[in-house]
Amino acid sequence: MQLYTSRRLSNYLIVALSLGATAFGLLFLVFVLGTLLVNGVGALSPTLFTQTTPPPGSAGGLMNAIFGSLAMTVIATLVGTPTGILAGTFLAEYAHNSRLGEVVRFVNDILLSAPSIIIGLFVYSILVVPMGHFSAWAGAVALAIIMIPVIVRTTEDMLSLVPNELREAAAALGAPKWKIVVTVTYRSAVQGMLTGVLLAVARISGETAPLLFTALNNQFFSSDLNRPMANLPVVIFQFAMSPYADWQALAWAGALLITAAILVLNIGARLFASWSGLEK
Amino acid sequence: MSASLATTTPPRSDTPTLPGESATVSPFPVKVQIRNVGFHYGKFQALKNVSLPLYDRHVTAFIGPSGCGKSTLLRILNRIYELYPNQTASGEVLVDGIDILAPGLDLNLVRSKIGMVFQKPTPFPMSIHDNIAFGIKLYERLPKSELDDRVEQALRRAALWDEVKDKLRQSGLGLSGGQQQRLCIARAIAVEPEILLLDEPASALDPISTQRIEELIAELKSDYCIAIVTHNMQQAARSSDYTAFMYLGELVEFDETERIFTHPREKRTEDYITGRFG
Repeated sequence: MQLYTSRRLSNYLIVALSLGATAFGLLFLVFVLGTLLVNGVGALSPTLFTQTTPPPGSAGGLMNAIFGSLAMTVIATLVGTPTGILAGTFLAEYAHNSRLGEVVRFVNDILLSAPSIIIGLFVYSILVVPMGHFSAWAGAVALAIIMIPVIVRTTEDMLSLVPNELREAAAALGAPKWKIVVTVTYRSAVQGMLTGVLLAVARISGETAPLLFTALNNQFFSSDLNRPMANLPVVIFQFAMSPYADWQALAWAGALLITAAILVLNIGARLFASWSGLEK
Repeated sequence: MSASLATTTPPRSDTPTLPGESATVSPFPVKVQIRNVGFHYGKFQALKNVSLPLYDRHVTAFIGPSGCGKSTLLRILNRIYELYPNQTASGEVLVDGIDILAPGLDLNLVRSKIGMVFQKPTPFPMSIHDNIAFGIKLYERLPKSELDDRVEQALRRAALWDEVKDKLRQSGLGLSGGQQQRLCIARAIAVEPEILLLDEPASALDPISTQRIEELIAELKSDYCIAIVTHNMQQAARSSDYTAFMYLGELVEFDETERIFTHPREKRTEDYITGRFG
């Protein structure tokens, strides 16, 4: 009976500790979101989307930064998604037990945890320095490099979850390997793979450090990918540090925009996963 | 069966002479002649020197305790083991006189002639129609109406048509376990193979579904050479014409099913069948 009581006590203790830890984590999340909402909502206005970043003291918006962020994210996604999915396919389907596969997987894991500022400096030295100027291309390349290992990893993980029996069943019908991968394995893993891509997009849409060294910033609207381009993270960084109240307000609005975009992407990823899951 | 491996009747001397077996050699053509087949998982030898014939239009059951090599043997017959590294087979498997273990054969073509159904149902994540059409479309380019006909035929042969004819566009994953397994059988026979390999096809199913699968096997054997691996001895006795008893990677006894279950020659066979080990 005594043993039972002490077990019950330790059970309560563990539950209380776990709850406390969860509350501690959530508290800061709520705090961050709350501050963003309080300060950001007031700064939201239609001019955010129609005017470019202003000099201190005059009215303006974030149109050039929103455009720049979208453009570079789209280019990075167009480059990073096929590369990441193909490399993940190679690891899961073709190099499962090979030495080369192990090496690629290891290097990819290192890249996955590489600090993004290092990737920014790397692209700075291989693109910005030779070209002689900052550019949106360099920014997109840096974002793609951050994106690829995330997609490689999720693609490989999702493909590895597909039971081997399914591959065997397709092979037993006389299907060649590429056909099995494209028609059977991809179809089984498509939700997870797409979720991985969406999460990678969410990850790069808030990156600041790699863009500081590559796309830098642009006070004016520019759609020239060979020139520096404004983007939300760097504008937030610059405006939030400034002493001007109107710049600070724009920084809050930009931060709220990014957070909302990431939230929408995450919810979209989940909705997509459950929607295609329902079809079964 | 189009570009087929021709059907021949090998002379009797071609069948291996296992102890006391010559007396029961069937008058039916030998479809598959397994000769001195061995198998290694890495360094572990899973099969030793297995030789037996599989007769056309007959069902041959493989029984034996877990790990005896019966599934391994089945996986050699369509070389599906080659999907994995470190698995090697030796010996010969003659299908209509052609050794399918020989190097240089088009593996996919071989597999398209030898259908396989697995222990767990393996519907592809696509519609019921597309599941069946998948295999057909690999080797034939058919107009849509003809393809639909072939899908219907296959589903009818697998005794599934009445249950799914109104939902051919729905996912195959939505079917029950027994229906999924019949879908897999339909998918296997849709490509018009000559041999069907069934690896414990009913072991994951309830008794009613099992019965349906057994009825299906009885019906399909008029067209195919069927090899079935089973843990269920009643199933072997009910649905097969020949039975091979395997133990520790060796073929202990091969004979007509009735004989195996009534007058086995080997003590080990008798012990296994009567439940004294296994």
